[in-house]
Amino acid sequence: MTFKDDSKLFAAACPIPLDQYPHVTLAHGGGGRLMHQLIEKCFIGAFGALNPESRHDAALLPRLTGRLAFTTDSYVVHPLFFPGGDIGSMAVHGTVNDLAMAGARPLYLSTGFILEEGLPMETLWRVVQSMQSAAAEAGVRIVTGDTKVVDRGKGDGLFINTAGVGVIEHDRIIAPVSVKPGDAILINGDLGRHGIAIMAVREGLEFETTIESDSASVSGTVQKLIDAGIEIHCLRDLTRGGLASTLNEIADATRTEICVKELAIAVREDVRGACEMLGFDPLYVANEGRFAAFIAASDAARALEILRADSPDSQASIIGSVVGPSDPGLVTLTSRIGANRVLDMLSGEQLPRIC
Amino acid sequence: MKFMDEYRDAAIAKQYADAIRSTVTRPWNIMEICGGQTHAIVKFGIDELLPPDLSLVHGPGCPVCVTPLEIIDKALSIAARPEVIFCSFGDMLRVPGSTTDLFSVKAGGGDVRIVYSPMDAVKLAAANPDREVVFFAVGFETTAPANGMAVFQANRLNLKNFSILVSHVLVPPAMEAILSSPLNCVQGFLAAGHVCTVMGFTEYEPLATKYKIPIVVTGFEPLDILQGIYMCVKQLEEGRAEVENQYSRSVRRDGNFPAQEILRQVFRIIPRKWRGVGEIPQSGFGLAEEYSSFDAEVRFGLADYTAEESAECISGLVLQGQKKPFECPAFGTRCTPEHPLGATMVSSEGACAAYYLYRRRKTPSVAVSS
Repeated sequence: MTFKDDSKLFAAACPIPLDQYPHVTLAHGGGGRLMHQLIEKCFIGAFGALNPESRHDAALLPRLTGRLAFTTDSYVVHPLFFPGGDIGSMAVHGTVNDLAMAGARPLYLSTGFILEEGLPMETLWRVVQSMQSAAAEAGVRIVTGDTKVVDRGKGDGLFINTAGVGVIEHDRIIAPVSVKPGDAILINGDLGRHGIAIMAVREGLEFETTIESDSASVSGTVQKLIDAGIEIHCLRDLTRGGLASTLNEIADATRTEICVKELAIAVREDVRGACEMLGFDPLYVANEGRFAAFIAASDAARALEILRADSPDSQASIIGSVVGPSDPGLVTLTSRIGANRVLDMLSGEQLPRIC
Repeated sequence: MKFMDEYRDAAIAKQYADAIRSTVTRPWNIMEICGGQTHAIVKFGIDELLPPDLSLVHGPGCPVCVTPLEIIDKALSIAARPEVIFCSFGDMLRVPGSTTDLFSVKAGGGDVRIVYSPMDAVKLAAANPDREVVFFAVGFETTAPANGMAVFQANRLNLKNFSILVSHVLVPPAMEAILSSPLNCVQGFLAAGHVCTVMGFTEYEPLATKYKIPIVVTGFEPLDILQGIYMCVKQLEEGRAEVENQYSRSVRRDGNFPAQEILRQVFRIIPRKWRGVGEIPQSGFGLAEEYSSFDAEVRFGLADYTAEESAECISGLVLQGQKKPFECPAFGTRCTPEHPLGATMVSSEGACAAYYLYRRRKTPSVAVSS
């Protein structure tokens, strides 16, 4: 074990003495001394203060050059900890990725905690630690926050909202309006791991291997594509609803037809097995570290090289293309036996099938 | 993936498609019985590989689809009771009853839980002696043995707070109902491989003889289905009408004896209503006398409840192969997966939903260059 790992281990001890308050109480959200202790020791202890003048009602950010991107998302995952991540790392990755999808370099996050009375302080500390390490890895600072405590039974332990600001340091418009017929569609790796990992823990399903969530920041990867001058037209993360829903949203928004090939889309064996058993289609399962990139066809091969060099095990691939306005809004899939079918948006969530 | 990719090989699929094309000399209608087969056909685009003269008719083998409206209403009524934990397989939650669905009952405070095995419901009953645990026992001969086993175990454990709402239906009587209809257009059957894994296929032999119709017991992977279709058209072209077993890696002629034994002990054969079709004599299971105390309909006083189905929905004709989903005026307009008029639009295995999801395109398909 390296020194760095050791220091992380030591830092993992909760700074609020457990013998005093092993659980979150209503007083921790009451504005008094306990709340200040929580903010000082737990939140500022982990996230640090941006600068002395930021210990105030609002964080003061330095002047930024370029267009700004601004986004927010709330995180309500159960269980709070799952193989490959937890609600804290997800709350950072999700918002960082939303900024990256606009072609921005993520810089600052806010975080709002809604804590349920009775939440173990140790749990909160683990989540906060995880947020800080995810933020450091993604190159962002958590600069402002808020805490509320709700009565026991009125929350699921812990909800987090994060908002983020990023700066766009180029002139491209990375958005559905830029998608054109002929664009190549790439994904940065295999699909379905996050949704199945959560499902397996939540439902107590046991498979031969532990399926780990793919939760990760993709900001560094996107930055490499931008830095290499790749003609990116649109980026979209493949979270709720998975690849199929994303492709439908883009086809619909751009009034184009999209064609993809099933065999070009990587899905790991264990995820495929779990999906077969449950009657799920991995193309509709949520991911937390995967995105689709709509890229000028002439840059597709170079973009693929960058994606593969960035994460050699991830099985990034070119999955298809935007074919034109012939059947606007339609997504078709060439199945593994070589026939075509429509890949539609689900009406609700996927449900395990009877037989 | 082992034991799966072998049955999804594009080159072999093409060979079978070619063989089917060179065998077929005139139009034929073949019905795949099982909703799982329908799902695979549209998911993999198998029907696109077939000659235009060969029509696949989607049969009544989707348990979600054929569960009658009144049983759904009974489920909704039971699930809304405060003392009840209502357990169901996931895809029953979206099936509309007369006024609402299980999702809405859950949102309104009903304790509705998705389980993966009926034994999970038995465990819940043992762990919650102060609650009534009800399992929604839906399906064909495939799911009936496990559901029967749950009742058998609950009886052994002397669980007084466990019951099942039974809606089990049987394949052969439905096939006979289709064949004996004066409007019947089905000339060959792909029988459901999983049902036959349990029951074997001796019951189908008299049907093949009586109605002079080929029946091929068929699996669920693309190559299974293509081979089943090939065997079926070969019989049709040669003028044979036999029961053949394509799915021999899973199905024996006599089926699975222990599974059949549990069915004999726990259930008895009764007339059952099929959604969209109506009542078919001797076409389902009810609990045997000895196990009648586990019958949720009796326990909650709902045995006499009846309900009428939407007059506009043609799901009955679709289930019997007399109409294609897009021949319905409500298809894709007043009837969609978000607002289904009938259950064939609800389950992804239902013929209407499968057509809606996978076939809703306006221009001929464009191949993706590889």
